[in-house]
Amino acid sequence: MSVRATAPGELTPASSALAAVEGGEVQIAGSAWRQASYVFLENRLAVAGLAYVVLMVLFCFVGPFIYRTNQINTDIANLTAVPSPAHLLGTDIVGKDVLGELMVGGQTSLEIGLTAALLATTFGVLWGAIAGFAGGWLDQVMMRIVDSLLAIPTLFLLLVLAAMFTPSLPMLIIIVALVAWLVPARLIRGETLSLRTREYVDAVRVMGGSNVRIVLRHIIPNTIGTIMVNATFQVADAILLIATLSYLGLGVPPPSTNWGDMLSDGVSYTYAGYWWLIFPAGIAIVTTVVAFNLIGDAMRDAFEVRLQKR
Amino acid sequence: MLVVFGVTLFTFILTRILPGGAARAILGSRASPPEIAAFNQENGLDLSLPQQYVIYLNQLIHFNFGFSYRLNQSVIGLVHDRLPRTILLLGISTLLALMVAVPIGILQSVRRNKLEDYFFTSVSFVLYSMPPFWLGLLLIIAFAVNLNLLPPVGPQGNVDTYLSDPSQIAGLVLPVAALALTTIALFSRYMRSSMLDNLVQDYVRTARAKGVSNVGILYRHVLRNALIPIVTLLGLSLPGIFGGALITEAVFNYPGMGLLFWDGAQTRDYPVLLGVTVIVAVATVFGNLLADIGYAVVDPRVRIQA
Repeated sequence: MSVRATAPGELTPASSALAAVEGGEVQIAGSAWRQASYVFLENRLAVAGLAYVVLMVLFCFVGPFIYRTNQINTDIANLTAVPSPAHLLGTDIVGKDVLGELMVGGQTSLEIGLTAALLATTFGVLWGAIAGFAGGWLDQVMMRIVDSLLAIPTLFLLLVLAAMFTPSLPMLIIIVALVAWLVPARLIRGETLSLRTREYVDAVRVMGGSNVRIVLRHIIPNTIGTIMVNATFQVADAILLIATLSYLGLGVPPPSTNWGDMLSDGVSYTYAGYWWLIFPAGIAIVTTVVAFNLIGDAMRDAFEVRLQKR
Repeated sequence: MLVVFGVTLFTFILTRILPGGAARAILGSRASPPEIAAFNQENGLDLSLPQQYVIYLNQLIHFNFGFSYRLNQSVIGLVHDRLPRTILLLGISTLLALMVAVPIGILQSVRRNKLEDYFFTSVSFVLYSMPPFWLGLLLIIAFAVNLNLLPPVGPQGNVDTYLSDPSQIAGLVLPVAALALTTIALFSRYMRSSMLDNLVQDYVRTARAKGVSNVGILYRHVLRNALIPIVTLLGLSLPGIFGGALITEAVFNYPGMGLLFWDGAQTRDYPVLLGVTVIVAVATVFGNLLADIGYAVVDPRVRIQA
């Protein structure tokens, strides 16, 4: 699940194009952005993935206002009801409507995925940029820490942390982020190494810009392509990781639910034939993760000028 | 080597930040302060942190990975029985994955943007995006419950019998398949892009100009070069495969390191958790080292630079 670490040299996407646009500061309306979004939008699969994610967000966050269900109380008269007009996807083992649960559970899954990815990316980017920019012994120490943690397989590290700290929703987000920030840190450090020798960095320094300013306003914005591609994959990975943690019994504690919980609860009734407890949640996870992966792939193509057909 | 050092330092820190301290984690929450003090003194926990770390390192060097008070067995003893089973599972499924993924990758690159390519791309995307435990359970539903062909649990008992006893082999099929399928998805993607990278190289044009047939170019030139990155990929994907093994062992109740680790996580058996983590991490580091060496063996250019 974690072998997306492409060789550093391979991922120097927008940097050259963006740098050419201006003196090092990225303007959002710059032509590189327009070019990248053009390539992205040309990729029909990616647009489909993006549309699906938007749809999923609407489904989970707006859906409950339209399709009203009782997700608080149990309904003992209607346990594991077969899908019917009253309950479009049936009910679960305590009588809650599965479609409604899918919406509420999806909120948690998406929230964890997005927040963990945001947290991990922010931290990883800062770490990598500081290490790469500082160089010398600081870089050595910081990157050896990353290497050491990367040597521990993600799932093992995740389980140790989840066993040590009582899982709650914020705790889980932090735990996922703790194992996820390493890859962006490494990628950004690799890019920073080449970016810090650019002329515009010298120019900023001559103009009296501080190191903090160089890193925050010039180096990090120029790695935005790598950052966004990686962040997208992070969301997909985080959703899968949380689902796996739920199955392994170390997920979000009840009453809160997520797709992974629904799926792993459902599969314990495999033999009873309650397919509606298994497939809706499973398909929701797979399709959402596929969608994020498609978006990530297309963004990589869009930012990676080298691979584009000219 | 530095990385091994870092890993041990990290697990050392983890043992020291256990909720309530190591003594409370092992003796239980009802231990009295004198008991805790005695335990701390006995295990050297009253020494300074650097001193403790040296003791910890010394224990690791002598293959002392801790003692599971819950199972009343040393971690190394627990691992001794289970490690061969995990190696067997990993070995077979990784070999199988390579044997399937390489031809698929070749096919995809040759028939790029054709029906076959799209088919395998979508299959690998779905496999890759599937929660791994669900894949295992779907296999159980299909082959064990509905078709009643294969046992839903992995082989138990002594590892020596796994490959000689037919019923044990039958038990191996589903766990190996579950683990191999996710790996195939990953490997075939890399194989495809590696082949595509090489197909546009200048040496392909040269070979074609010399009159080498398409098949000859593909197998004699492109394939040999495209396999090089796969060696690195094997090393890089080791952590992922270990993680996959953990889930597979949990799903199929396969008594290997992953199951041991999972049981440890559920019962909060910290010595087992941290001991296994150290072992797996060191194995990963050595796996990467082997991959680097393998890379130098297959790619002469690396040797010259190094």
